Amino acid sequence: MDETTTQRLTGTTRVKRGLAEMLRGGVIMDVVTPEQARIAEDAGAVAVMALERVPADIRAQGGVARMSDPVLVEGIKETVTIPVMAKARIGHFAEAQVLEALEVDYIDESEVLTPADEAHHIDKWGFRVPFVCGATNLGEALRRISEGAAMIRSKGEAGTGNIVEAVRHLRSITGDIRAVGQADAAERYRWAKELQAPVDLITEVAETGRLPVPLFCAGGIATPADASLVMQLGAEAVFVGSGIFKSEDPARRARAVVEATTHFRDAEIVAKVSRGLGNAMPGIEAAALTQHMAERGW
Amino acid sequence: MRVGILALQGDVNEHGAALADLGVAHRPVRRPEDLDDLDGIVLPGGESTAMSVLLESSGLNGPLGKALAEGMPGFGTCAGMILLARVVAGGRPDQRSFGAIDIGVRRNGFGRQLESFETDLHVAVLGEDPLHAVFIRAPVVESVGAGVEVLARAPGTGDGTGDGTPVLCREGGVLVSAFHPELTDDRRLHAYFVSMIEERGH
Repeated sequence: MDETTTQRLTGTTRVKRGLAEMLRGGVIMDVVTPEQARIAEDAGAVAVMALERVPADIRAQGGVARMSDPVLVEGIKETVTIPVMAKARIGHFAEAQVLEALEVDYIDESEVLTPADEAHHIDKWGFRVPFVCGATNLGEALRRISEGAAMIRSKGEAGTGNIVEAVRHLRSITGDIRAVGQADAAERYRWAKELQAPVDLITEVAETGRLPVPLFCAGGIATPADASLVMQLGAEAVFVGSGIFKSEDPARRARAVVEATTHFRDAEIVAKVSRGLGNAMPGIEAAALTQHMAERGW
Repeated sequence: MRVGILALQGDVNEHGAALADLGVAHRPVRRPEDLDDLDGIVLPGGESTAMSVLLESSGLNGPLGKALAEGMPGFGTCAGMILLARVVAGGRPDQRSFGAIDIGVRRNGFGRQLESFETDLHVAVLGEDPLHAVFIRAPVVESVGAGVEVLARAPGTGDGTGDGTPVLCREGGVLVSAFHPELTDDRRLHAYFVSMIEERGH
């Protein structure tokens, strides 16, 4: 800024990305009740995602998955002091407007809910509240950033307890970031065309060696070792959806995933916190899936 | 000189980049042995409740508290300010703080994310040029002890929470800001902290 201001500038790109930067190295947990939100905060979660059904139940029960009831979001906001996120359907800008009116701290424009628009994502620049969006590859990540997303997460395959898809997406994104960094100026235009992403964002990635916003991991994390794996693969924080509250001992597992995310390179600590956690969520083998949520979004 | 950065969670990398720009060696601190031979420590932005849990589980709470009590210089931004404060309101009953600076803070006192903001601050010790400051769900300083210097205050917009409250404070070797100097390219505040460490060494 060129001139001194004594105004408070809110809703800027800097403050939107800033909150994502503060969540780095942390765990964001899906919760469906205020009691679960309390357990998450007690365990050291950096934020909670307030929703009515965790992805595993959305898969099992079927039907259209929508934004949560405001009563639930408000109840969770009143219970915890950490940031509260909530999900809107892809392209459903009216749900996002409602969530902004509820003063949630972040909106997840999420493929876990049933898409509302098969061609368009929400124009996220029009909001003061920041957005996180899922991505399976670098092109998708940069398209979401060009629409105003202030945080990117891998999509993985939510509700499966199977890390394989999240690993695929993370490796694709970080691998292409490295490849773009090797490209000369002419080749960047080819990358922009292949990835269907704006060339100015390709150039920024090439010059900085990273996404312009934090890259988190979501979709299938069920154990402390899963968290360590994705952090070592380049994720800067993790979302755990069904993995905590569909397990046998949520409070202990939540704490263990938090510790493993902080100490992800320290295998002694990951080993220590992995002991005797009880059963993880049962999970679904990728080949057995009939519904691929990661294919939602364009 | 070697400065530690508490690396349990939060924007550790940005503080590392700021120190690197100043040519200061730094090291992430996750376990008690990481505190060895440090000349100062930075407590970054992040979520103070999560850091509080991790301070306990990592075994750092006691040793870091002892080092601060023995006079190790500390610089806390946002969540780091909360961890260094004497009194914390709006937190959790089991929330820990080191009491290294005699201030009382209210967590998220400026409001939720929609109230997060940027503004320019006048900071006399950094010279005439304003300091651009980024506040993210920032704490409000509600009380200041007699030994604490207030180095900057929030601009009085007249229509917001926290108008005119202290946002940058120092007591002895401890410096705290409610905002995030590490999120901008202006390195003056980190340089000021480095000069505080140098003063102590002489």
